[in-house]
Amino acid sequence: MSDIVLSRPVPVTTEPPLARALLVGLAILFVAIFLFAPLATVFAEALAQGWRGMIAALSLPDAQAAIRMTLSIAVIAVPLNAVFGIAAAWAIAKFDFRGKAFLITLIDLPFSVSPVVAGLMLVLLFGANSSLGVWLMAHDIRIVFAFPGILLATLFVTFPFVARELIPVMIEQGRTEEEAALTLGASGWRTFFTVTLPNIRWALLYGVLLCNARAMGEFGAVAVVSGKIRGETATMPTMVEMFFNEYLSVAAFTLASVLAMLALLTLLLKSLLEWRHADLLAATCRH
Amino acid sequence: MKAALLRAPSPLPGFGLSFGIALAMLSIVVLLPIGALLGRGLMIGPAELWGMVNTRRVWSALALSFRAALIASLFNLVFGLVLAWVLVRYRFWGRRLIDAAVDLPFALPTAVAGIALTALYAPNGPFGQALAPVGLRIAYTETGIWLALVFIGLPFVVRTVQPVIEELDRDIEEASATLGARRSHTLRRVILPTLTPALLTGFALALARSVGEYGSVIFIAGNIPGLTEIAPLLIVIRLEEYNYDAAAAIGIAMLLISFAMLLAINAIQIWSRRRIGLV
Repeated sequence: MSDIVLSRPVPVTTEPPLARALLVGLAILFVAIFLFAPLATVFAEALAQGWRGMIAALSLPDAQAAIRMTLSIAVIAVPLNAVFGIAAAWAIAKFDFRGKAFLITLIDLPFSVSPVVAGLMLVLLFGANSSLGVWLMAHDIRIVFAFPGILLATLFVTFPFVARELIPVMIEQGRTEEEAALTLGASGWRTFFTVTLPNIRWALLYGVLLCNARAMGEFGAVAVVSGKIRGETATMPTMVEMFFNEYLSVAAFTLASVLAMLALLTLLLKSLLEWRHADLLAATCRH
Repeated sequence: MKAALLRAPSPLPGFGLSFGIALAMLSIVVLLPIGALLGRGLMIGPAELWGMVNTRRVWSALALSFRAALIASLFNLVFGLVLAWVLVRYRFWGRRLIDAAVDLPFALPTAVAGIALTALYAPNGPFGQALAPVGLRIAYTETGIWLALVFIGLPFVVRTVQPVIEELDRDIEEASATLGARRSHTLRRVILPTLTPALLTGFALALARSVGEYGSVIFIAGNIPGLTEIAPLLIVIRLEEYNYDAAAAIGIAMLLISFAMLLAINAIQIWSRRRIGLV
């Protein structure tokens, strides 16, 4: 687009060349300082003692337990979130009912709640100092400082991800295709799996990708709820904090570099999706 | 079945099931915990709550969280606009890489960002050493907090403004030029007003996120009570002291700030939709 504009004899809809160069330079400098420098630091610090240091760090039992914990949380939290997102989007996009706008606001709510406050809520709800917590303790059910608490905290902070991606896409696609399928005699489930799901698969993948990145990387909410017990409830990000505070810099940055690789992979897949299937994503509602 | 009475008839099946799943998960994951916090607040009572919030340490923590978020979001407002403009309007080597990198703060775990920024700006880190002769200390000061929040908030402004710039109608710019306006005049009087709602939305989203940010800040902040101690950290400290009521009081204060900002964002969007029909 702008290539054409730039090659016009009198480019009235662009800035003078000097201003353009300055702005591009400013943008590149800004991104280099604020985004690329921290990212490079993660890998540089992890490699401070070479590959051996990284391998030694990764073979620490605490690090391995944290990796297992993070993977287990993501394996459960992301599918649950996807099911919720699909259900919420189906109800919101395909039906008209009262209170829809309010429901969307409630789904978005976790975006604006501090992760620490989210963790605090779960501690107050299930902790030993609440009546529910006392009852749970009497029945030997552990939620806070245990796996279920971390799972709930992760679900809270990732709650809007899939739904937010699917709702605009499904609203735009309307319901005529589903109605046609039903008219032709397909069952509700068959309609969903053969008509709706193929239509939303890229948007779903996009949402799942972002949800997974956040689920594996969540720190504040999990730090509060998990109690950060080494080898038991510590996740990768909380283990990064503990290593860092103990001046185990290489161990902290090695674990951090694994998370950074994951982030880069997420960005790569996300960019691929945006370039290939932009029309099937809620691109204007990107968050 | 009550839900069925409140909705328009539709030939599609599955409303009960999908609405039921959505509502059940919303209740368990989001509403019940929020209810627990607000319920705790009711049990403590407003006077007691106020007493626990109205201390110097809590006020300075809340003020710091808000002030630093405001400063970082204003910074992002300016540079986010420049970045979005450059990414949409100009073609240069590495544009796609930069476009993809803008989302890094969304994808990179906050704790990772936090330790990376600390290693960079600590007195013995590469940036810290470079800035020391100029007399600039960033790590373990409020400036460090701003920096972390600039990192966290950057994508919000860029990603809200970018699609609006893409949709801008060049005819208007041409008309403005034809009528004799200089380019700077067109930018200020024609383009900027169109972008204002998106800029405000992005600013508000960045602000909302930054106020509650924890992971990227605590490593670089130094966490000195009354000086560089942010509100979420104070909640964590109170919880570690098993002082649940005081933690709840600060939590409620922060939740109210979140609600207020959510309302502000909605208001901006309604206003902008009325004004120009864009998000």
